[in-house]
Amino acid sequence: MIYETAMIEIIKNRFKQGYRTSNFPKENPEFPERFRGRPEVNQDLCASGCADCLSVCPTQALQEGHNPEKKTLSLDMGRCLFCGECAKSCPEGAIVFTCNHRLAANQREDLLIQSQEAKLATSLKEEMRRLFGRSLKLRQVSAGGCSACEAELTALNNVVFDLGRFGIQFVASPRHADGLIITGPVTNHMKEALQLAYQAVPAPKIVIAIGACAISGGPFMDSKEHLGGAAALVPVDLFIPGCPPHPLTILDGLLRLLGRLEEKIETIISPSPLAGGRSITSFPKMLRHALASRVKAEGKGEGSINS
Amino acid sequence: MSSLSRFALIRNGESLKVSQIPEVPISDFRSDILKMASSGKRLCALILNGNGKKPAGLLSVLADDAAGKLYLNSSEPVSSYQALTLDLPQAHLFEREIYENSGITPEEHPWLKPVRQKPADETVFFKEEGEEIHEVAVGPIHAGIIEPGHFRFQCHGETIHHLEIQLGYQYRGAEKLLRDSTRFSLSIAESICGDSAIAHGWAHCRALEALQRMNPSLKAEALRAILLETERLANHIGDLGAISNDIGYLPASAYFGRLRGDFLNILMLISGNRYGKGFLKLGGAAFDIPPQMRSQTLETLGRAKRHLKEIGEMFFGEPSVISRLEETGVISQKVCADLGLVGLAARASGKDIDVRQDHPHGLFRFRYIPTVKLTTGDVFARAMIRFLESQRSLDFLSAVLDSLPEGDLAVPGGKFLEERLSVSLIEGWRGEVCHIAISDSEGKLSGYKIIDPSFHNWMAVALSVRQGEISDFPLCNKSFNLSYAGHDL
Repeated sequence: MIYETAMIEIIKNRFKQGYRTSNFPKENPEFPERFRGRPEVNQDLCASGCADCLSVCPTQALQEGHNPEKKTLSLDMGRCLFCGECAKSCPEGAIVFTCNHRLAANQREDLLIQSQEAKLATSLKEEMRRLFGRSLKLRQVSAGGCSACEAELTALNNVVFDLGRFGIQFVASPRHADGLIITGPVTNHMKEALQLAYQAVPAPKIVIAIGACAISGGPFMDSKEHLGGAAALVPVDLFIPGCPPHPLTILDGLLRLLGRLEEKIETIISPSPLAGGRSITSFPKMLRHALASRVKAEGKGEGSINS
Repeated sequence: MSSLSRFALIRNGESLKVSQIPEVPISDFRSDILKMASSGKRLCALILNGNGKKPAGLLSVLADDAAGKLYLNSSEPVSSYQALTLDLPQAHLFEREIYENSGITPEEHPWLKPVRQKPADETVFFKEEGEEIHEVAVGPIHAGIIEPGHFRFQCHGETIHHLEIQLGYQYRGAEKLLRDSTRFSLSIAESICGDSAIAHGWAHCRALEALQRMNPSLKAEALRAILLETERLANHIGDLGAISNDIGYLPASAYFGRLRGDFLNILMLISGNRYGKGFLKLGGAAFDIPPQMRSQTLETLGRAKRHLKEIGEMFFGEPSVISRLEETGVISQKVCADLGLVGLAARASGKDIDVRQDHPHGLFRFRYIPTVKLTTGDVFARAMIRFLESQRSLDFLSAVLDSLPEGDLAVPGGKFLEERLSVSLIEGWRGEVCHIAISDSEGKLSGYKIIDPSFHNWMAVALSVRQGEISDFPLCNKSFNLSYAGHDL
């Protein structure tokens, strides 16, 4: 009897809970004002060359370029903890942390920011994309991670981000995996275990490094007890910076690598020239077609949908 | 009480001149600690004394939780001494650590193996022999998304006779970094243990503030307390979800998991980071909570409180959930006291200790959070404590956000005073986070010690599974959810 009561309570609660899965990537996510996403460097504003920002950075992520003609400032997102101290210290406002969560890159050097632009990750080669594009199994290895990056990876499995709907899954054995997703600076004591895990993944395989520690050693960069990131031990295909990166930053990187993000969606980032700041690409496909055909039927050009 | 005179007395978050700490011969040091322990004082820390100089002595910090006092004493330099562990089991890991870091030998220590600086395969494990006895080795890499550690079980059929936990895989050299780089130390402290960024960051701030007599405003203290309690909520509720998942009750796992995100998002709203990294600042806080943000947060909290109650009642109202959690992974009150457990694990085993209540600091001196104590010491108790404490924290947050004190966001810092030692305790969501900082004659940091609650509590995980089944291990482990990085540093 008592079980029946409990079951009805569970069902009632299920209705109360509603549907919680985010509409990412169809809809552009919103972040609070203080969120520190992709940094932008405006070289023109950095005229005085005061170098205040260099001295406040905890991980020496900011460097002055070697170009003799013009001083350039570069920000290495692979080292950056996104603490925002440099932006606060700059009297000219040459460094700004935007609300843009897209940070992932294929190459270590692509993480260097010298302007308002960033070179984001591109998709895997066709054969790899064919293999992994719709089903990617990853083995997570924490190698000195503080558990913040690990917690964000765990969060990807919750009902809000629901990683499973993209065919991406964390698996228990490297032998069942298509690749490794590594957190932490790779401590000396984890070197062997990580190497064995890498070898156990059947080829072809990919490696993803998550967080400042796994890319550069992060806040622990001065310590000798680690290798200074995953790339020192295994070839890395995707770098996702942050301390820790937001789950959507990780998801964006994974989908980019799999070629699952339509380029059109990228255009929504900048304040849209379209009315309401929202482009039509964010509508579900069916609705878009329906709208387009209706407009056509009314004898107007497609462009007018946007106005 | 004559031994009391051989201790220096401070309170949580204060500093004293190093010369004020009595230095006594090791035999007196040892007997004084035992005397104090027999009158109910708890060993907060037993560490190497001195500024890395050799030969070194030992330093102890004993907590009188009932009176809110901390007692310190130190020994003359030694190369070996009679181990405390046989008389005072809560010293066992401290003594192993001292031996590993300095070579000072605690004679007759029953289990003198490395703590974190050697790979596990180079250490000797306890081994049981006999018919049908078998060994199960797990890790360092585990099945889920979790930090690395090695677990070795001695089993008879499905029954666990003994579990030995060997950590050290996460060793990053955090204490050395904190000692050597004071300027950017906060970003390191925030990453000692990522799910306790506020607890460790705050403990670090207070340890350094005490060395330079900085007094953050009550407003800054209130803001810090708000972040700490939000961190506690995120972790407690996340753990309830993980426990639901481990027993296969997926609706509750999904709902708790989603609810946890609400608190991470509050941290992000206030600090820009889902773990509160970047919020703290030496002397105060980097971010204020303006009125509009306050009302937005209060609204989220009100909703979360309703949802927590609904989901919690659904979870704990289910008889099959209760029968799975009750009497699983029991830590008796005696074992709890012997091991010197801290935090929610201690409160689940009948020991009413909580830094916020026993050694109050900042806003906790004025706003009291009632502590919750249960006595059964099983997985149920540790889950229920989380549910009840979450509700207390929600009440606290609503009250503080309603009447945030006025004051400066941060006060300017000075220089470290010379040759002083500070002790800072914070009740993180797992339990007592302890940071000890020491300055030298030039006003530089010469010593830094971190004691995560996991350091006290890992042994309890090993003991909780004895006579249980191997299949109970994930659930027992999750009910403690200790930090590997916090232990390995």
